Amino acid sequence: MRSSTVAPRLSLTQKIVQTKIIGKALITLVALAVIYLLTVNAIKNPTVFLQQLVNGLQLGFVYALIALGYTMVYGIVRLINFAHGDVFMVGAFVSFYAISRIQLHDWVARLAPGMSPFVARVIGSITVMLLAMVLCAFLAFVIERIAYKPLRDAPRISALITAIGVSFFLEYFGALKFVFSPNFTPYKRPFDVVTWTLGRQGFGRLIEGQGVPEGNITFSNIFVIIVLTSILLLLLLQYIVTKTRVGKAMRATAYDKPTARLMGINVDSIISVTFGIGAAWAGAAGMLYATAFSQVYFWMGIIPGLKAFVAAVLGGIGSIPGAFVGALIMGQAEVLSAGYISTPMRDAVAFSILIIVLLIRPTGIFGEPSREKA
Amino acid sequence: MKSRIVVSVVLLFAIALAACTPAAATGPIKIAHLAPLSGPVPTFGASTRDGGLLAMEEWNAKGGVLGRKLEAIVEDSQCTPDPAVNAANKVIDQDKVHYIVGETCSKASIPVSEIAQEKGVVMISPTSTNPTVTLKADGTAKDYVFRACFIDPFQGAVMAKFAMGKGYKTAFIMLDQGNDYVRGLAEAFEKAWTEMGGQVVGKETYTSQDSDFSAILTKVVDSKAEVLWIPDYYNVVNLVAAQAKEKGVTAVLMGGDGWDSSDLDLKAADGGYFSNHYSPEDTRPIVQEWVKKYQAKYGSVPDALATLAYDATNILIAAIEKAGADDPAKVKDAIASGTFEAVSGTIKFDANHNPIKSAAVLQVKDGKVSFVESVAP
Repeated sequence: MRSSTVAPRLSLTQKIVQTKIIGKALITLVALAVIYLLTVNAIKNPTVFLQQLVNGLQLGFVYALIALGYTMVYGIVRLINFAHGDVFMVGAFVSFYAISRIQLHDWVARLAPGMSPFVARVIGSITVMLLAMVLCAFLAFVIERIAYKPLRDAPRISALITAIGVSFFLEYFGALKFVFSPNFTPYKRPFDVVTWTLGRQGFGRLIEGQGVPEGNITFSNIFVIIVLTSILLLLLLQYIVTKTRVGKAMRATAYDKPTARLMGINVDSIISVTFGIGAAWAGAAGMLYATAFSQVYFWMGIIPGLKAFVAAVLGGIGSIPGAFVGALIMGQAEVLSAGYISTPMRDAVAFSILIIVLLIRPTGIFGEPSREKA
Repeated sequence: MKSRIVVSVVLLFAIALAACTPAAATGPIKIAHLAPLSGPVPTFGASTRDGGLLAMEEWNAKGGVLGRKLEAIVEDSQCTPDPAVNAANKVIDQDKVHYIVGETCSKASIPVSEIAQEKGVVMISPTSTNPTVTLKADGTAKDYVFRACFIDPFQGAVMAKFAMGKGYKTAFIMLDQGNDYVRGLAEAFEKAWTEMGGQVVGKETYTSQDSDFSAILTKVVDSKAEVLWIPDYYNVVNLVAAQAKEKGVTAVLMGGDGWDSSDLDLKAADGGYFSNHYSPEDTRPIVQEWVKKYQAKYGSVPDALATLAYDATNILIAAIEKAGADDPAKVKDAIASGTFEAVSGTIKFDANHNPIKSAAVLQVKDGKVSFVESVAP
């Protein structure tokens, strides 16, 4: 062993390594290239650029609802719940069956035929969403009790592997003929799609079969519903976490489990509640996703689940606003790379973001520097 | 003690020998059906299985072929290379079949055709339209591999010709880079379209896992294309068509036989055209008789997949009869040299083992699919 009392002069390579200058330079270059590409395209055709932003927003808001579940569960039990994407899939199927088998979205219209069809449909659709949320919460509760709780004190990797197992179980159990079947099933929306156009001439409704007027961007009622629902659910979650007793207990549990227990908090039930809330939000996301893309199948949770996971890491896993911001960035990154590079690149870009975040700032945008105890 | 061992060993051998005696020439002739009963396109699987089994049932009712009954072995090949290869190996090695009807999807048929060729088993794919299914790497035909449908270059050219005839000049092409069938059709359409003076105003690829097509469709709107060529299977067409309506795409959607499914979203795809192998509205007696038979048995109008599987199975059995022996080597020659009266047209095979026949163009309109015209090669 060499030892010296004098502070050694750093060689050039050591300097480069220590200051991480290469990584920083690369990131700056990439960022500049991206900004350049986007600016050039935005100037060349602002309408298309704005339209792509709207497209990205729709995707981002759905990811946000899923990402919230990842981030909450991680924040409290330090478990990346890989089965979360499949709970999302179950939520989509629950709403699918509720709509196509028992016409739950129509119940108000059937009970009170005099009511305005719009109000009746809104209440009906909300009922379907609530059902999906409740059943998903229940499912997550059961999963937590059966698969995760017995492993609470086991090494963290065991719980992670179990989560992957649960994920596969839900997928392939769902693929059975008498469960969800292995088919791609067209999803019946609880309402008809209406598309609006927005441009210099003002606001208009797109008539089917006619083109979009020059210089106009379009957005549909699905977009409006997704954005409103997501924002409402985010605010509700923020309220639950910061303003209620349960929320306080959650934060205490997240901060220090043994101490929380000593303070009289029932840590186990708080963890269950956390899983349940996360899953309920995923169930709502499942319904919104299926409404937007009108197809359900048993693998539909994998890719959105992974993307939402990346979003949660990007925003800072454990942070609720972080998950939201991360998801919006992911939505834009995906749609813009599909729009301006090429569609098959969208997943590559999405997962490159994960790698870059882990390399440069593992705690994410909103994450606090590791508070976790070794 | 010793003699007992000898006796048991001898007995064991006797049993083994008895089990090994070649399946007597009087036993049933086995035909395997590789159908994608699960996976991305289960309706394709159900249709091809039903069509193929109906053909075998009819032959059996007439007393079988060469005085022997026919026995069907149905395997789920999932429209995916790995399960299809496993199913092919299973029916060849374990069930000892000499004839395979299948697979439905090109990407699964290509690996299966390699096995069939190598092991000398006659294979007729009812619906795989990618050219390489029947071709070796050197461009000559695989002796043992045939198909009952036309191929992608033909289908793409037919639709390009049809779109030209409608007066369209600009087309936008969408394709799944990872799918042999889709890529083949996209290339064929593009080639025929540009040769006829049409303009390709945009071309975008996607992956089979995508469900959000908003970015591409925004470009379609911006390009003002008159035709959107989306030659994928119905599950993707459903997604694209629904989102296209939402994004205000006015281009006419057009595609190939992959659209043909009872699960096609007729409302979203309204106004779209696709080429197909046959139409139940065709008035030829053989078609009407087939539609009636199928309806009586399964209670629905046969789609093209059921029809082609029926044709493929009939061609195979007719060839066995013509060859006069349960011998794949003779049967393959009988198929290559014969002319067959089939529901989808009179079929004769060219040097590459592709049938020469015409295509039907269908339109999705007002909640149903109707026959528009027949386009000859």
